[in-house]
Amino acid sequence: MTATAGGVDAPGRAEVGARTLRTDRWWLAPAATAVGLLAFVVYGGVRTFQQQYFFADERYLTPFYSPCVSLGCASEPGAAHFGMFLPDHPLIPYAALSLPFLLGFRLTCYYYRKAYYRSFWLSPPACAVPEPHAQYSGETRFPLILQNVHRYFFYVAVLVSLVNTYDALVAFRHPTDGFVVGVGNLVLLVNVALLWLYTVSCHSCRHVMGGRLTHFSKHPVRYRLWTWISVLNTRHMLFAWVTLGTLVLTDLYVALVAAGTITDFRILGAGGM
Amino acid sequence: MTYTGRFRVWRGDAEGGALHDYEVEVNEGEVVLDVLHRLQATQTPDLAVRWNCKAGKCGSCSAEIDGRPRLLCMTRMSAFAPDDVVTVTPMRTFPVLRDLVTDVSFNYAKAREVPSFSPPADLAPGEYRMQQVDVERSQEFRKCIECFLCQDVCHVVRDHEENKEAFSGPRFLIRIAELEMHPLDVADRVDAAQDEHGLGRCNITKCCTEVCPEGIKITDNALIPMKERVAGRRYDPLVWLGRTISRRR
Amino acid sequence: MTETERHDYDVLVIGAGGAGLRAAIAARERGMRTAVVCKSLFGKAHTVMAEGGCAAAMGNVNSNDSWQVHYRDTMRGGKFLNSWRMAELHAQEAPDRVWELETYGALFDRTDDGRIHQRNFGGHTYPRLAHVGDRTGLELIRSLQQRIVALQQEDHAATGDYESHLRVFAECTVTELLTDDDAIAGAFGYRRESGRFIEIAAPAVVLATGGIGKSFQVTSNSWEYTGDGHALALRAGANLVDMEFVQFHPTGMVWPPSVKGILVTEGVRGDGGVLKNSEGERFMFRYVPEVFTGQYAQSEEEADRWYEDQESNRRTPDLLPRDEVARAINTEVKEGRGSPHGGVYLDIASRMESEEIKRRLPSMYHQFKELADVDITAEAMEVGPTCHYVMGGIEVDPDTGRSSVPGLFAAGECASGMHGSNRLGGNSLSDLLVFGRRAGLGAADHVEALDRRPAVDEQAVGMAAARALEPFDAPPGTTAENPYTLHTDLQQTMNDLVGIIRTDAEMISALERLDELRDRVRDVVVEGHRQYNPGWHLALDLRNMLLVGEAVATSALLRTESRGGHTRDDYPDLDPAWRRRVLVTHLRDDADGGTRGPVVPRLVVEPAERAAMRDDLLALFELAELEKYYTADELATHPERSGERGTA
Repeated sequence: MTATAGGVDAPGRAEVGARTLRTDRWWLAPAATAVGLLAFVVYGGVRTFQQQYFFADERYLTPFYSPCVSLGCASEPGAAHFGMFLPDHPLIPYAALSLPFLLGFRLTCYYYRKAYYRSFWLSPPACAVPEPHAQYSGETRFPLILQNVHRYFFYVAVLVSLVNTYDALVAFRHPTDGFVVGVGNLVLLVNVALLWLYTVSCHSCRHVMGGRLTHFSKHPVRYRLWTWISVLNTRHMLFAWVTLGTLVLTDLYVALVAAGTITDFRILGAGGM
Repeated sequence: MTYTGRFRVWRGDAEGGALHDYEVEVNEGEVVLDVLHRLQATQTPDLAVRWNCKAGKCGSCSAEIDGRPRLLCMTRMSAFAPDDVVTVTPMRTFPVLRDLVTDVSFNYAKAREVPSFSPPADLAPGEYRMQQVDVERSQEFRKCIECFLCQDVCHVVRDHEENKEAFSGPRFLIRIAELEMHPLDVADRVDAAQDEHGLGRCNITKCCTEVCPEGIKITDNALIPMKERVAGRRYDPLVWLGRTISRRR
Repeated sequence: MTETERHDYDVLVIGAGGAGLRAAIAARERGMRTAVVCKSLFGKAHTVMAEGGCAAAMGNVNSNDSWQVHYRDTMRGGKFLNSWRMAELHAQEAPDRVWELETYGALFDRTDDGRIHQRNFGGHTYPRLAHVGDRTGLELIRSLQQRIVALQQEDHAATGDYESHLRVFAECTVTELLTDDDAIAGAFGYRRESGRFIEIAAPAVVLATGGIGKSFQVTSNSWEYTGDGHALALRAGANLVDMEFVQFHPTGMVWPPSVKGILVTEGVRGDGGVLKNSEGERFMFRYVPEVFTGQYAQSEEEADRWYEDQESNRRTPDLLPRDEVARAINTEVKEGRGSPHGGVYLDIASRMESEEIKRRLPSMYHQFKELADVDITAEAMEVGPTCHYVMGGIEVDPDTGRSSVPGLFAAGECASGMHGSNRLGGNSLSDLLVFGRRAGLGAADHVEALDRRPAVDEQAVGMAAARALEPFDAPPGTTAENPYTLHTDLQQTMNDLVGIIRTDAEMISALERLDELRDRVRDVVVEGHRQYNPGWHLALDLRNMLLVGEAVATSALLRTESRGGHTRDDYPDLDPAWRRRVLVTHLRDDADGGTRGPVVPRLVVEPAERAAMRDDLLALFELAELEKYYTADELATHPERSGERGTA
């Protein structure tokens, strides 16, 4: 790390010597965050470009491939609910219509910003621990000024969540067995419910729903919405991590079922108990 | 329970200084400030400490304990084991005056740059009517006791002296948020928040919220809502398009 | 020798709490070039500690309220010793002063119809205290602080200099007032951060330095409360009155020892909390004094109903004026029904939902959680009396805050008269605003009327500097005294011997001990240099504390009755003959003249008569009530009495 002479050792400030006197394991949180985020990126990257095992015969479509709009989706009949029109190419994800926006939504998310600014950019790695950079302009310049478009990613994320919801619901209707409930259905349902919680607990959502108002008393419905979202918003970080986990688990479950490694257990409907 | 606690206290002034080791009596139920007072009374009568109410209400005794910004009067000794060495230094973002006392005039200069409350011209005193739900957000920010721990911990100025000019710090960004959300204020500070007070420099890493002794949700309830208001004003393509068209006309 | 920083202003305000800031605003708005000196940082003054609220008869919650009702409550609370003119002005003007705060940006809690919400408090007939949760003092000082900043911004727009007309000198302590031919010429002091001396010339000085609590061991007051204004005024030739009346707030924290004395707001009781002894008994029902018989509930059921319906029920005796409650707690503890740490229980946990407690009393919840590890939503608090407020202070003209020294004004806690022998909770914040403003205006009037500005006597400045530096030089042939030890001894003396219950013998012994301390203070020696040296600061503050302590003990010895904040074990009853008599403290003539005297000059206390209440104000009270306080011949002009005569 390079010294920042303009920081805690700037002229006039108390000459303490040590750059930080924290005695606790302050590095643990950023390190854990970095590991968690990296693991997700690696898993997600591999699965996005794997282009197989994304749809199980039980009509389970993994969220990593939803909506499946590539011509390549034809390999799994029934996976594409919204048509197939993107060229089938190894570098074009099957869900190229949604993934960039979901990535953008999470990248510009106020929680994830905190997480990666701290754990990857070390700005700062932890409170009262000096950052290693000589210059700092925050989010005032390109590219970080683009963080301000978070709101638009949120709008798209709502649409994608609707698509995921559709995926989860349509999976209950088996083409031959009618209404069924398998473990996979529950997995999809829980995942999509948590995705909704993450999406609507977003700070931009809180602003749009009512936060931007000055007089709550004149907008009772929006005030009510704002108070609900505010409650969820305090757990935004929790939902951010839980949904990373459920996305991976959901995808893994679908992939394992699709690959025939495990068999989906049917709870209700033909073939069930 | 009484024991001899081990302390390392920074002593010095702008010219230089060092951590000094002391052994002081610690009694049940005491806070760090009590121990420093005992140090003054028994060993170091000229140890400079700024304090006032000793009840967490005035925000005078801000310092750093084991490297973390804290109020001396609200840090209980029970948080430490008897054999821990407790290190106390002055706040490290502001110029030091002497021992644990720093020059916090930066904050008072910034306070003067925030445009004050602008009351509506048509209301006489006594005619103000506001609903509780409308004042609650600003009331949260008015709980601020101006201990300046958020200013101290914020890396924007803590790690970059040169940013002090362009950045007012969490305390005064919540002051702007407070006035923006005030149901009767008629002024507009959204552009000023970004251009003159450096809201864009905040990267919402939340240390201000972590250290706030009043538990004000600085980041979630003030900084991010202000960033959203700025985004709505400045970075919303639809709004920008609308403005551009109306300007053409 | 030492370099002194020099300034020149029209009005100098000493003290930056509520009264000082309001005075500064008033003076600056009248065009005066104004300086404010604060002992600590700007916005940290003791006013931030006020919790419950600011009393003003706005009638927002109960429309029966009016200034007359507020006036009556204030006079009753003070046991009719109050300066009736101050109580009258206060009751009339408080609502305007509160509304004015809203124009500065204050955000009080609201009623359903959007007006300022008002809460119940001890001694107030109707819900009357404007408040913000339990941090009203913070709101008040922040609003005034921000108003000052707003005025500075106006000046900046006009002159390019924020401080051209209104300047705040933070962390600056005044040690001496400067006079020219007995009129005020300015003040002398030091800056904490550098230790350098500062002289501010001003033809008008407003003292707003607050109280004297730091002379007592168990106190809710901060370190600043060392009676500076009281002592400065005395030494400049002004009078103090009512110094025997010291209010012990009934509910201070008692555990752990390091927080002993920190205030537990009366709002806890106003919102439904009740006092209980170790037997679980709500003991206050046994302590309603004769003068209040019939005004308070006699059963727990009625008291509980009162919180819901105040029209047809009487209020709980938990909300008796502070002096009554403090004495009751004292008695309970003395008779063995106290809590483990020598207090009684204040229970709100069993009377309200946990969330509701946190919403209404957030800083109390916080305070107990952080400092005592007690969850007040789950268990009762332990509380006991703590030195909180001094009713006595500088004798002032009610309308202008003017003292007997030309150019010297006072407002707030360091002034006297408004609260009589006992202050009602909530009347302090409104006192600050009403009389802070009046003193600021009084000072402006005084400056405008001057035909010659008094000149600062440079010799006096030199002597003040020398006196301030004395503690750095050990006097030859004496043992060096440690200021911290002396302070502890003084606090112990005041607490044990001039505390909540007083006796003749104890006070004589207190005066003897104070005499010894007076000698030892002369021998105080401090280590180190002048920059931010707390030992030195305390050594200088000790002189004031000692002078004030002596005024309290001497006055208390003379008043041979019990009234409000002065309780004598040997004279337990209210004596109507004492009602109109006030005790005036001034420097002894042979005390080598104020500023040139010894380290702690000698003082004398003499009785004087307070002016009789105006007839129309007297008529606001029923004769039967007045008869409890007044001698028969004082009431000859009361309408009921003269009416009797007329029909007889």
